[in-house]
Amino acid sequence: MPPIQAESPTERKPRKSVAFSEGATIVDTDGQVTESTEMNGRKTSAESHAADADKDVDEVTDMFKDLTKKKKKKSSKTKEGEEEGAAADGEFDPSALKKKKKKKAPKADTDDFEARLAEAAGDKTEGDAASAEPVEEGDMMKGTGLWQHDKTAPISYNLLLNRFFTLLHSQHPDLASSGGKSYKIPPPQCLREGNKKTIFANISEICKRMKRTDEHVTQFLFAELGTSGSVDGSRRLVIKGRFQQKQIENVLRRYIVEYVTCKTCRSPDTELNKGENRLYFVTCNSCGSRRSVTAIKTGFSAQVGKRKRQQG
Amino acid sequence: MSIENLKTFDPFAEADEDTGETKQSQNYIHIRIQQRNGRKTLTTVQGLPKKFDQKKILKVIKKKFACNGTIVNDTEMGEVIQLQGDQRKDVQEFLIDKKEGLGLDAKDIKVHGF
Repeated sequence: MPPIQAESPTERKPRKSVAFSEGATIVDTDGQVTESTEMNGRKTSAESHAADADKDVDEVTDMFKDLTKKKKKKSSKTKEGEEEGAAADGEFDPSALKKKKKKKAPKADTDDFEARLAEAAGDKTEGDAASAEPVEEGDMMKGTGLWQHDKTAPISYNLLLNRFFTLLHSQHPDLASSGGKSYKIPPPQCLREGNKKTIFANISEICKRMKRTDEHVTQFLFAELGTSGSVDGSRRLVIKGRFQQKQIENVLRRYIVEYVTCKTCRSPDTELNKGENRLYFVTCNSCGSRRSVTAIKTGFSAQVGKRKRQQG
Repeated sequence: MSIENLKTFDPFAEADEDTGETKQSQNYIHIRIQQRNGRKTLTTVQGLPKKFDQKKILKVIKKKFACNGTIVNDTEMGEVIQLQGDQRKDVQEFLIDKKEGLGLDAKDIKVHGF
């Protein structure tokens, strides 16, 4: 009991960051460290060392619990009450997982009533120390402890959030990073032909990637760039005027936004086809939405260069 | 009182019939760029609302952006302002500017080109 009272102030500490609590969860029952998350790779080694030492300390005495960083032990279930309390206290200290965990129920009931009240009654639904102990340590990846399927104990938001990101990182790393689209097309290759023409060499490759016809892309390019051009023998596009790769890239990006990505789900997996009435529709293959897109219009283009075909 | 549904308006009518253009096709203002010889370019502003006097706009723009320009009367697009050089950004800002410009909605303006 004394340990608990001593502990209570420390437990009030503000929550630690997500990364911190994550580190705590990877220590297994016997002090082994499981590499369940890639985020805290740098931490694990240190912790594993610490864990061994802490175990001994636990058994010998709990006086130093405040000073030493103890790793939680699942095995504590079997220990007698005192030990348990010590272990519990020690574990809160370093990890500061969440305020919820702090009070060991049995003891708290008896001697530390008001502390428990402060805890907000809801937190403490787990009955006794024995059950509370393993709860903290459950391995989220293996579904033990707190994470057991049939466990009814409430799981704190932080833990859940933690698990979500852990799972996300391990199963779908591409989703976790940037959150944006990982849609990539090969960069356009631009060569200069002579002085006034640009060759867009890999247009067919890019079109295949976007699942659009060369003609449509070409039409868009010409309309946007306000120029004209032709296709040469090896299916490369010859554009009149000097353009740099960056400029073509910009236009392509606009094309993708306008005609490739699904506006609903942002998936690039779409099809463009002609619906009734000469309208173009983009159909999304992943969410099924269908949307009409504007036809490409060249608009006004000024007379540049020689004026010989002036309408005469 | 008119009933919306009973209007005889064909939403699928060809938009670029130029009469329908003004009505339904959102009256976009297109700002385009064209390459000329060398590193010279031309900026065109198409679709300015009719309520503005293009001549006056051109006059202001020419002074402000220090470029020459002209008004071209296109059979399809109506009056189009042509400016020398790449003035896309300037023109766009000018059209949006409430105090010194036309105070148009940025959503109505489409800037084309690279």
